[in-house]
Amino acid sequence: MLRAAPAITILVLLAPVLFGLSATLLPAFGYLPVLGGTGFSLAPFEQLLALPGLLRSSLLSLFAGLVTTLVSVIVVGGFVASWSHTRVFRSLQHLLSPLLSVPHAAAAFGLAFLLAPSGWLMRVVSPELTGFTRPPDWLIVNDPVGITMMAGLVAKELPFLFLVTLAALPQAAPRGKTAIAASLGYGRIAGFLHTVWPQLYPQIRLAVFAVLAYATSVVDVAIILGPTQPAPLSARLVQMMNDPDLSLRFMASAGAVLQLAITLGALAIWLLLERLGGGALSRLAATGWRFGADQAARLLFAGLVVVSAMAIFAGLFVLALWSVAGNWQFPDALPESLTLRTWERQLSMLGRPVLVTLLVGLLSTLVALVLAVACLEREARTGNTGGNRALLFLYAPLLVPQIAFVFGLQLFFLASGLNAGFVALAMVHLVFVLPYVFLSLSDPWRALDVRYLKVARSLGVAPNHIFWRIKLPILLRPLLAAAAVGFAVSVSLYLPTLLIGAGRWPTLATEAVALSSGGDRRIIGVYAFVQLVLPGLGFALATLVPAILHARRRDMSGAS
Amino acid sequence: MSSQPSGLVLDHVVIRIGERPLVSLSANIAPGEVLAVMGASGSGKSTLLAFVGGFLEPAFAASGSVHLDGRDITSLPAHERRVGLMFQDALLFPHMSVGGNLVFALRKSAGTNRRELAEKALAEAGLEGFFERDPATLSGGQKARAALMRVLLSQPRALLLDEPFSKLDVALKQQIRSFVFGEARIRGLPVLMVTHDPDDANAAGGAVVELGAQ
Repeated sequence: MLRAAPAITILVLLAPVLFGLSATLLPAFGYLPVLGGTGFSLAPFEQLLALPGLLRSSLLSLFAGLVTTLVSVIVVGGFVASWSHTRVFRSLQHLLSPLLSVPHAAAAFGLAFLLAPSGWLMRVVSPELTGFTRPPDWLIVNDPVGITMMAGLVAKELPFLFLVTLAALPQAAPRGKTAIAASLGYGRIAGFLHTVWPQLYPQIRLAVFAVLAYATSVVDVAIILGPTQPAPLSARLVQMMNDPDLSLRFMASAGAVLQLAITLGALAIWLLLERLGGGALSRLAATGWRFGADQAARLLFAGLVVVSAMAIFAGLFVLALWSVAGNWQFPDALPESLTLRTWERQLSMLGRPVLVTLLVGLLSTLVALVLAVACLEREARTGNTGGNRALLFLYAPLLVPQIAFVFGLQLFFLASGLNAGFVALAMVHLVFVLPYVFLSLSDPWRALDVRYLKVARSLGVAPNHIFWRIKLPILLRPLLAAAAVGFAVSVSLYLPTLLIGAGRWPTLATEAVALSSGGDRRIIGVYAFVQLVLPGLGFALATLVPAILHARRRDMSGAS
Repeated sequence: MSSQPSGLVLDHVVIRIGERPLVSLSANIAPGEVLAVMGASGSGKSTLLAFVGGFLEPAFAASGSVHLDGRDITSLPAHERRVGLMFQDALLFPHMSVGGNLVFALRKSAGTNRRELAEKALAEAGLEGFFERDPATLSGGQKARAALMRVLLSQPRALLLDEPFSKLDVALKQQIRSFVFGEARIRGLPVLMVTHDPDDANAAGGAVVELGAQ
């Protein structure tokens, strides 16, 4: 089992991606015998290109991806440069970390409820400051350029990039370098950019690419916050992919190929930006750019992080408030009354999506955990980490746009006549859960002091016994934390659930996003709130269980 | 080679990294005696211990053999060598109680009154009543003594000490040193100790080998 673990893991990660991609590619060129496509043609592409507003949809996707990534990288880099190793940093770290577990859809709904013309912010300042007694006719949410969508994506990707950066930071050995730079008269930001960033960035690069791939092809956030006339490409494709008219599947395949090209194009532009940025940075270093008076910039970066985090928290609060709101008319800041009626009405409907979400999440997380642990244990026993190639395999499902390969998997299930059941759904979730579980577990696993294991061996204890009695218990906290991360990823997954579950396996993510068109804030509030609570419970358990089990063991209290 | 004497015997042990020889040593350590191996960091002291203990990294290649009480243990897995290992840190398992650490070290053959055996060993080390304690609450000296009792309960036939006293303060160092060497002598255990502290070597009262001094 242990010996086969790396191979199985690579198969789990790569097979669906490669297989799904090719299953997308064939129908894009007209080949899909089940639907009558027996020859190759360019008709699907011709059909696609004839769609009104296609260019605009494509540019929206490209632009949204690049802007989201650029802003996220600048804010995270600027914030870490400005504040690392300070009290401010530690407290903001506690503010950002929990946001990782917030599902994209819930965060997006929260922002919509906050920012919309009839949203909470407007209610707070109306009518006193604005004079509005009815919501203004502004397109803030669903604005045609996608600014709110990008803001939502940035707010949600910041915590992810921040935590990845935080994990990579020690390897760039920042403390001595920034101290030397400071003694040479460099400001915090300039010193960090000159001495630490060049080593730090390569370590977080794959994560940055993952953000780029995600933001160019995102669906749920685009449906909730994005433009509608036309919508970004991926959001339009999903409609075609689920259209009862099966002949649209050909055009949808061509669209998925276009989406892949857009993501690759964004990546190419990003590589160019990297070179430009690197060149600019080394020219600045050569001129001795010290930026000693960087107080204002430092405050700005802290401010951006705080505002984006608070926006999500406030949005979630408003969301919860809507779910229990009685009558709540426009300029009132708070509902006239609180009631559980919406909850009571929805309770019977919630059961199945909650159950499916739980089961898919638990199953995919459990399998991911077993595979990750087996790979890491194999690595520990052979000393072979697999290096950069292994890392690339891990990131593969995150670097290819979901829509480009998951749609292919949907077509495969359609073509093969296999009923895409629960197991298929859990398998597809596993593809996305496994990388996150592995990445969160690998650092603590590798950091375990191997002398504990050597001592145990010298006491005459066999390796397998040591694994269960020493290694797993000592690593219980990071194990459960990785499980919580994996579960949160699964709860958040929208597109794969929609395409593979195809309505027969509704989860909270698919149900909540489906409600967005109806626009009933109370019902959306209920679903989004439950979607938010499940991963929150996971993290709570991951903290509580080790705390209780090791209540009387000071060195197990998680500081290490 | 059935005529190997009792104790720990290193027979023409040569450890290489790539083509470069790192350690080359032959030695006889009689039961109850201490061989101190000295050398600067990078001289291969810890690599020698890893070889004897069965933890040599694959990057190293070794030739020669190790015999313990007449038995060739060179190719045995680490947990079958009956060679007890101690580091400069006590490395009590943080998720177990002090007593749990000791019980964990007991062999199956120790019988069923395992808790009693652990309590007795703790008392011997001046740690009476410490069974339920969290290892994190012990002082440096108490941890060191508990760690020694743990390794002794596993009934080793030899001890390997890797800079065992280097983290203790001066007063404690002498006390723990004589406790460790005393227990080893009483039980007739050969001890292989690597250290960079000449006082350790002197206190051991046995042979001293200097590595990296060819």
